[in-house]
Amino acid sequence: MKLVIFAGPPTCGKTTVIKQVIKRMLKKNYKPSYIKIDVLFADEDENIRNEFHIPSRKIYSGELCPDHCNVVILDEAVEWAEKSESDYLFVETAGLCLRCSPYVENSLGVVVLEATSGMNLPRKIGPMLTLADIAVITKIDLISQAEREVFRYRVLEAASEIAIVESNALYGIGIDPIVKIIEKTNDVEHPMFLKGNPPVGTCTICVGKKEIGAKNHFGVLRTMEQDLFYVGE
Amino acid sequence: MEIQKITVLNGCGKDGKMEQVERFDLEMGNIISIVGPTGCGKTTLINDIELFANRNTPSGRQILINDEVIDDDFSFDPKKHPIALISQHTNFLSDLPVGEFLKIHGTVRGADDIEQIINETLEFANQLTGEAIIKDTAMTELSGGQTRSLLIADAVIIGNSPIILLDEIENAGIHRSKALELLKNYKKIFVFVTHDPHIALSSDYRIVMKNGGMQQLIATNGEEKLAAAELKKIDDVMLTFRAQIRSGKIITNEILKENIKTLSN
Repeated sequence: MKLVIFAGPPTCGKTTVIKQVIKRMLKKNYKPSYIKIDVLFADEDENIRNEFHIPSRKIYSGELCPDHCNVVILDEAVEWAEKSESDYLFVETAGLCLRCSPYVENSLGVVVLEATSGMNLPRKIGPMLTLADIAVITKIDLISQAEREVFRYRVLEAASEIAIVESNALYGIGIDPIVKIIEKTNDVEHPMFLKGNPPVGTCTICVGKKEIGAKNHFGVLRTMEQDLFYVGE
Repeated sequence: MEIQKITVLNGCGKDGKMEQVERFDLEMGNIISIVGPTGCGKTTLINDIELFANRNTPSGRQILINDEVIDDDFSFDPKKHPIALISQHTNFLSDLPVGEFLKIHGTVRGADDIEQIINETLEFANQLTGEAIIKDTAMTELSGGQTRSLLIADAVIIGNSPIILLDEIENAGIHRSKALELLKNYKKIFVFVTHDPHIALSSDYRIVMKNGGMQQLIATNGEEKLAAAELKKIDDVMLTFRAQIRSGKIITNEILKENIKTLSN
């Protein structure tokens, strides 16, 4: 079983890229399955099931961050895909807060970025980009070549080893190189471990403290001037 | 890799039939135009060239470099990308000041003297625009004409690629004859997607597109070249009027007659 995890900001074109990849994987007689992790609403799983007739499902993370949810359920998800006799599991996650990343060791991490999102995006999204194996830049038809080159430079500045694929996924342009890299992915190994370190500290907000201000919280705290400090045992 | 020649091999039009023009070659110093009604696939053709299509784009075309097929994994070091594409975009989406953007692009393209190349690019661009582009302006604040002018200057000076693809250079009110004149100083392959008769007839040959496919390949003959020179005069007259109207002049009968007279000379 091979695991490919797709992450990227909302509306960047993750699902469009995944659909094009699935189409090509099926032509090559692979048996992929698909899981979408989202917060409140998703219908991509149904679209993909209807279009490709492959095992497909969604998981609502609800109160959890989708990436957090991914960490908690991924072992069951791999088991589900194995039971469905798939050789690939594609996980699409709408990771949100950008402090951690969903990628797992011995899997392939794909970050999807839209070319139209501004030159500072690669500097803003942290481990979702820096720990990925491939950066797929979508919607390249919407910007000039000069801007594409500068965007690419900004991506490499954040993640110098990353493989970059530029794509116009609606028309299936630039998908073949992604499939080639996916085919070279290693089998997933149990137990699975996250590639990156989780964010520092325990979140008092997550455990239920609602009052604003550092004095109401503990763990790793900070002031407006960026001085980090620790309160606790 | 030194590029001497790029070849386009045919794929299919929108009707799924093989294109009538089976192949065409672009050699150093060539100027080629792609003509045809809107929606006939002109932009798709230059996009195929820019992507080095290898039967993997919707058209199924294949691009050869120096008569050789290019591997699917092949991607150029962006420093040496041999093709600069000036798309039809009349706005930038980059949230950077012009100077900063050009600086990064110069770095990407391996320029030696960044300051010098930025100034040269702006100088080139400002010969094509109405109002000058200033270094500190945000890219997103440039007008349509300023954007196109900067894209052209950037492709020629910073990109410095041997092959330049220009999608409808005549759009957005830039000085197109001036652009053509400036571009001809550089020995490169130029491919113009154009609706402009003067540009089309100033080319070595033109490809006529229809329904997504390459329909005809026409070499410009001597008679047509003479026609191009005449069309240039009409163009100049139009530009004279444009300049006068832009500067707030009233067009009199006398001015009209005087300008029309220059056409029969």
